[in-house]
Amino acid sequence: MKRLAPRIALALACGVLLIFLLFPLYYAVVTSLKSGSEIFQADYWPARLDLGNYVAIWKEQPFARNILNSVVVSVTVVGISLTLGVTAAFALGRVRFAGRSALLYTILAVSMFPQVAVLSGLVEVIRVLGLYNNLGGLIVSYLIFTLPFTVWVLTTFMRDLPVEIEEAAIMDGASPLVLVTRIFLPLLGPALAATGLLAFIAAWNEFLFALTFTLSNEQRTVPVAIALITGASEHELPWGNIMAASVIVTAPLVALVLIFQRRLVAGLTAGAVKG
Amino acid sequence: MAQAHTEATRERIRSAWIFLAPMLIVLALVAAWPLARTLHFSLTNATLVDMNHYSLVGLDNYLALDDGRWYGVLSDPEWLKALGNTLVFAITSVTLETVLGVLIALLLNMSFRGRGLMRAALLVPWAIPTVVSARMWSWMLNDQFGVINDALMKLGLIAAPVAWLAEPHLAMASVVLVDVWKTTPFVALLALAALQMVPRDCYEAARVDGVHPVRVFFQVTLPLIRPALAVAVIFRLLDAMRMFDLVYIMTGATDATLTLSVFARRELVDFQDVGYGSAASTLLFFVIALITALYVTAVRLDLDGKRR
Repeated sequence: MKRLAPRIALALACGVLLIFLLFPLYYAVVTSLKSGSEIFQADYWPARLDLGNYVAIWKEQPFARNILNSVVVSVTVVGISLTLGVTAAFALGRVRFAGRSALLYTILAVSMFPQVAVLSGLVEVIRVLGLYNNLGGLIVSYLIFTLPFTVWVLTTFMRDLPVEIEEAAIMDGASPLVLVTRIFLPLLGPALAATGLLAFIAAWNEFLFALTFTLSNEQRTVPVAIALITGASEHELPWGNIMAASVIVTAPLVALVLIFQRRLVAGLTAGAVKG
Repeated sequence: MAQAHTEATRERIRSAWIFLAPMLIVLALVAAWPLARTLHFSLTNATLVDMNHYSLVGLDNYLALDDGRWYGVLSDPEWLKALGNTLVFAITSVTLETVLGVLIALLLNMSFRGRGLMRAALLVPWAIPTVVSARMWSWMLNDQFGVINDALMKLGLIAAPVAWLAEPHLAMASVVLVDVWKTTPFVALLALAALQMVPRDCYEAARVDGVHPVRVFFQVTLPLIRPALAVAVIFRLLDAMRMFDLVYIMTGATDATLTLSVFARRELVDFQDVGYGSAASTLLFFVIALITALYVTAVRLDLDGKRR
């Protein structure tokens, strides 16, 4: 009897936490499967499965185009960030030079920048480059948060690798480029996957720059498209459509995160806990 | 031999800088230069329609006295309101996230069946795009058809539907709630990672001595996870101070939840006033820099692991 009370408390705490964490997504799914006036009825279980909303969102706006835009922008940004990030992380994590600490802190500071602080300057840069209302403008601007983040996390991973790894290669006269591509790159595989996925999520979710630097429906990314779905008036928002679109863009992300959860958590905590 | 060694070191340092160069050039282009330009624009009367022709107006966008009246962002009642809102939002949400995050981490640090499931569930709110979270919660908090009003009424906790997002003080609470929902998992994961590095024998010793678990937490566990927690808190604090998307989508630019980021973007983009908007942006940058400096000195943050 004495052992039972704590177990019930534990189960209760877990139950409440699970509902708090998962209910909003569950309710979005329930709502997205309704049609017409059923939507305005609060139901806790899916009454029936109506896929009307899932059909409608592709017709009423260039949603496929929005998804493609998000994929193009996020993948390009991650590719550039990882390429520049690995070489920079080698320099910052494996070579001792004057000013290294200061440089690392500056990079960390940039990754925590308020995006608004560079907004007008970026508007100018993007206009000069002719990239306004163009995915290129988003790729350029997203590097401001993905690149420093990638450099920082990869540096902490790179620093943790034992010295012996490269000593033998240096004895053999390997150049730094060979060191990076032949020795470190294969060892950093898991770290690259985690960092890349985290940067991908950040780019996929970005809203402020995407809202400011694109104008037409065809150039918008998914978050902006979902934020700007409006009805005839503010009180006639097509909630069914909004929830269907939300579920579509969230499902792959949640799946990715759950598949890679161990590596992701390692990437997320690197630099914070490991130091 | 020593000669050859320093030669090799010098060679290595030179290649390090070559490796750093591309990253530094990109960051200069997308971060340093725009930041400098924003600072410059904040001293001008430029507009979004024509950013090439403007004149310097000194600090007028920040603060100016004209004919006995104060002008500029610093005397703008809306900006001051936004500053207050942002601080309230940042402090309440980060405090709640830290306390809840540590509690959840303690829960998940116990061994029980279904722990893996709980840990996976923790990642779900974090993985959902902020825009999607904002819309999901707006729908749940809807005053007429929202499930939250429905549930609370069925439970008899409220008599009539509540306008969560329209009522000024409730609007702020709602935004805090959604932020807590979305980012507590981040704090919890960092706290959990730190908890798992606490050696088991610390607890064993305390248990043998019959110390109360609450005391064990405050005297053994908390000091050990404090460095990791301090880092999680600064990340969260910086994120909360620049809050834009949740507020923009859930409550628009209403007075009750107007944040510094929303204010700056509104001046800049909606009102096309590049000078004024840039001044607001620059001030946000300095507010955040100031808070970071205060925080880092207060908790003596150990970011690059030197003091370990």
